[in-house]
Amino acid sequence: MIGRGGIRFLLRRLAQALPVLVFATFVVFSLLKLVPGDIAVTLAGENATDERIAEIRALYGLDRAFLLQYGDWLWKAVHGDLSKSLLSGEPVMTSIVRCLPNTLLIVSIALSVALVVGVPLGMLAASRPRSWIDSGVMSFASLGVAVPNFWLAMLLVSLFALQLNWFPATGSSPFLADPVLSLRHALLPGLALAAGGVAEIARQLRSSLMEILSSQAVRTLHAVGMHPARILWQHGLKNVALNMITVVALLANRLLAATVVVEAVFAVPGMGNLIVNGAILRDFPIVQGVVFAMVLIVISLNLLADMLYRVADPRVT
Amino acid sequence: MTPNDKPSVLDAPPVAAPQRLARLLRWLRSDLAAAASLGLLLALAVLAIGARWIAPFSPIEQDLVNTLADASAAHWLGTDDLGRDVLSRLIHGAPASLYASVLAVSVALLLGVPVGLVAGFLGGWVDDLISRGIDTLLSFPAIVLAIAVTGALGIGLTNGMIAVGIVFAPQLARLVRARTLVVRHELYVDAARCFGASTGRLLWRHVLPNTVQPVIVQVTLLLAGALLAEASLSFLGLGIQPPQPSWGGMLARAYQNMELAPSQMLAPGLAILFTALAFNALGEALRVALDPTMRRL
Repeated sequence: MIGRGGIRFLLRRLAQALPVLVFATFVVFSLLKLVPGDIAVTLAGENATDERIAEIRALYGLDRAFLLQYGDWLWKAVHGDLSKSLLSGEPVMTSIVRCLPNTLLIVSIALSVALVVGVPLGMLAASRPRSWIDSGVMSFASLGVAVPNFWLAMLLVSLFALQLNWFPATGSSPFLADPVLSLRHALLPGLALAAGGVAEIARQLRSSLMEILSSQAVRTLHAVGMHPARILWQHGLKNVALNMITVVALLANRLLAATVVVEAVFAVPGMGNLIVNGAILRDFPIVQGVVFAMVLIVISLNLLADMLYRVADPRVT
Repeated sequence: MTPNDKPSVLDAPPVAAPQRLARLLRWLRSDLAAAASLGLLLALAVLAIGARWIAPFSPIEQDLVNTLADASAAHWLGTDDLGRDVLSRLIHGAPASLYASVLAVSVALLLGVPVGLVAGFLGGWVDDLISRGIDTLLSFPAIVLAIAVTGALGIGLTNGMIAVGIVFAPQLARLVRARTLVVRHELYVDAARCFGASTGRLLWRHVLPNTVQPVIVQVTLLLAGALLAEASLSFLGLGIQPPQPSWGGMLARAYQNMELAPSQMLAPGLAILFTALAFNALGEALRVALDPTMRRL
């Protein structure tokens, strides 16, 4: 599947991603410099003892040159040490490992729903351009893009959890212990998150399908009498699949960010709640750690999308 | 104009202001969605500016005898859990939303456009460096960085929205860079350079005007994104602080009273939805209208 050219492609993409990654870690660390006043005093909070302040100063190595502090932090981060929470003292890595699965489950559900609902909608709209079906799908897509997903989440909770009692309103449960309960918890957040994704996929699929269906090649197929449905499935979808890789990767990035707010509605102990509480309580290592993890996931996803693209279309260099 | 002073081919055809206005009106008449969106946004701007005089009640005055009341002649949208008039809070929430959106998008414009111009025009290692920087910032989710910046600088809407603007900037930079790459080798740019125009003048007079149209479209779409980001931050308690009204903050309160009064969440949610919808619809309409291949404006 991947020949020597593929490996060279992978190595070159990795080499391109590396400076981005380094620069991103620099931005994440520099966030610390935004803290006004004496960082250690501010982060220690009111009524902090001198010992506490000294402890925080030592934690970040604040008496050393900035680049040294950064280098030290990066070295530890590469080795999985994202320092400790200022409040609970728990290693940030432990918190992230505990919270990430909840977030990933919600994002996976949202992504699946977006594909399962969005792809047929986009195909339907593209196969009957400017019909009432098309305009219906497009209006629905406009709504899906504009709706605040935390508000949609509230509507879903109100209807399906509080009125109908079909789903639990808040919380989460580990997937491996009880998959069914875990999915029941994650379904409503996933649906709330999916609205924008459905819209995005339907829109993109429609426009790229319509571009292909109006091409010379497809016109020739019509002329030789191939069935329209076969044209749509065989030629349309095959050509569009490549575009969809990029669209889905971008969507996954966006969903990962959007879940932050949706998690708050469902009180899901995920990455979103971790960073929001970290920001409110000024637990800065937590904030830095979550941003770091998120950026790492986004960069890896982009890399993965590029690789898939290369596998699907070996002409890409 | 003297008889000898014939218009030369080098002069751009002058477009008189009234003519432009007429074209704008003709466009709005032909595109109802655009007209409706623009109308809604203008009405919102009027509400935001005149909130103090238009709103029937004070947005923070409590009436604890009359809480969670249904719609009535006095309170068109009812009252919230502290007896405050929902309609008045909605109207007073508009300035916060518009201020936040405009702030974030202004930051994105001020950063993104010059950076994109420089990267596209100079090329070489400058372009490489800037493009890597753009890639980097694009891998930061806007809302996550905004939360982190709020965590560092302290809670407040302005800090968060500046962070949102910084994350939006690369989108504009990329757009402007792409346009600049196309334009910089055009004959008229070379001609101006031959006449000794400085780089700054070249960029300002000859390159920048060519980037305006795609930027306008993108800015309209970004305004919707910024609006949703503001609502999210205020909902999370990291934006506008109570008792100051904001649509996101009203939703946060409605969330607390969800079991008691689920209808509380309708008005602020619809306000956010329709404003974002209007920005998006206007952006899409502008995209079609400004597209040179189907020029109508």
